[in-house]
Amino acid sequence: MKKRGWFGERFKIAVGGSLVALVVLAAIFAPLIAPWDPYQQDLMARLKPGFWSPNAVPGHLLGTDNYGRDLLSRLIYGSRLSILVGVSSMLLSALIGSVAGVIAGLRGGATEQAIMRFADAQMAFPDILLAILMVAALGGNALNLILVLGISRWMVYARIVFGLTRTLRQRPFVEAATLYGGGDGYIMRRHILPQVMPVLIVVATLQVAQMILQETALSFLGLGIPPPAATWGNILAEGSTRLFIAPWIANLAGLAIIALVWGVNMLGNGLREHYDPRMVGQ
Amino acid sequence: MIAGYILRRLAFLPLTLLLVAFATFIVLRLTGNPVDIFLDINRTPEQVEALTKRLHLDQPLPVQFLIFLGDLLHGDFGESLQFTGSAAVVVWERVGATLQLAGTALALAVVLGVLGGLICAVWRDRAADAVISSIAIAGQSMPSFWLGLLLIEFFALQLRWLPTSGYGDLKHLVLPAVTLATILLPNFVLITRTAILELMGEQFVVTGRSKGMSRPRVLVTHILPNAINPVLSFLGIQLGHLMAGSIITETIFAWPGVGRLLINSISHRDVPVVEAAVFFIATAIALANLLVDVLQMLIDPRIRRA
Repeated sequence: MKKRGWFGERFKIAVGGSLVALVVLAAIFAPLIAPWDPYQQDLMARLKPGFWSPNAVPGHLLGTDNYGRDLLSRLIYGSRLSILVGVSSMLLSALIGSVAGVIAGLRGGATEQAIMRFADAQMAFPDILLAILMVAALGGNALNLILVLGISRWMVYARIVFGLTRTLRQRPFVEAATLYGGGDGYIMRRHILPQVMPVLIVVATLQVAQMILQETALSFLGLGIPPPAATWGNILAEGSTRLFIAPWIANLAGLAIIALVWGVNMLGNGLREHYDPRMVGQ
Repeated sequence: MIAGYILRRLAFLPLTLLLVAFATFIVLRLTGNPVDIFLDINRTPEQVEALTKRLHLDQPLPVQFLIFLGDLLHGDFGESLQFTGSAAVVVWERVGATLQLAGTALALAVVLGVLGGLICAVWRDRAADAVISSIAIAGQSMPSFWLGLLLIEFFALQLRWLPTSGYGDLKHLVLPAVTLATILLPNFVLITRTAILELMGEQFVVTGRSKGMSRPRVLVTHILPNAINPVLSFLGIQLGHLMAGSIITETIFAWPGVGRLLINSISHRDVPVVEAAVFFIATAIALANLLVDVLQMLIDPRIRRA
């Protein structure tokens, strides 16, 4: 293996991690750093550009939207929902998927067939279609989005954990634990999960990026948390109808999304190389 | 033998579709009454009764499902609520536009993606690889709808070369097709790169080189034929992704396809059309996956034996 240059795992984890940490801090301390209330309208200062333009209104660093709301404040508050939905739905799908995968791997037989064939069937169905149908039926709020996104991606974890469990099951330490009378729950906690954890962390990190993109896509289609909620998808959708007169609204929201998702992807790829150097070539 | 395999797979198709039908039915019927949402405030009791009868909402749920399945067997999803005519026909009229968009985008993504991945693999760790791979990884972080908007801003609003949206001649196809292709392109670059790099370590490649075959010759005769299959099976996985991207792209560019119809029908609670559209998309993906599997069997004898 060739020695890699500065573009290695440390760099990726550092850059991706700082970017993610920055957005998370902004989300946590949103009330302190946002210069305006994200819902405060000022109809005299509608669609004003930001600092780059001579027409800028003082106090609105990134300009204002169609209702004169401060774009910077809306973007800062928007990070809260993106992160909340992205991380919670990841945790939900990781939980469902790992439990299902471990059970299928340990039990085998009919249980395995039932769980894994169901996972296959759901794999064949586009996840966004399922999410669209469920949000359309249940209505868009943060809790429903988390549920919908969590359920639409559990198979990813189930497949990985199932494969690993099946190989681990034959290892002596698991067989010994079984002989000593350890139940499924005990073996899962003490022997399987610690072994699967590194892979799970990597997959989960990369999945957070996917979840955030899905959430913004649903918001963009009008199926997310309804306006006036300040979510990045909503800001982008509102901006998309005023591309000609106020292109900065859609562009800044897009930039915010790509920065966070890219940061998460970098972090995930860095972690993958850190945990498993053999995967570097891929 | 291949015929037997196709028959076996086709036998599974109704089972998948039954699951799809069941999921669609439950999600749409158990939540919200389409009569309340569709009829406006000035409705008369006669209108409510007529629509309830038309959608069989006066029957118990299991009976509703059986009626739904029975109609399905006849390809009958009921009459559309917002358009005149049957839901199946409404969807069918838009299939052409979706296939045109998805087909063009898929062709673009596969050709450019395989080419890019090939360049990355052949000149691994060189400048070309670093540039193309980095762009591909960045592309995976790009929200597809924002990319579409950027293209509209630049090519339609600034340069005025292409129309912002709509359907018609080739000019209208360019931006949506490029947007949709770019959603898939990064994945094809990275998967092709990995597939070729893996094959480069195989014994038959080393043997070929040690017999004195030139690098390009080994690439063409040994590596590329073997790389077709991983790329094909990845293509199968990407079909769902393609349809999801198509829904978003059609919405951005007002492309009159099934995806935009689906989103539009959801917001209008046009239940028969939603069912027909979901059903069409699921069937199309199932059939396309079958086609990919059969192609793989035809190409690779090792899969036929397994």
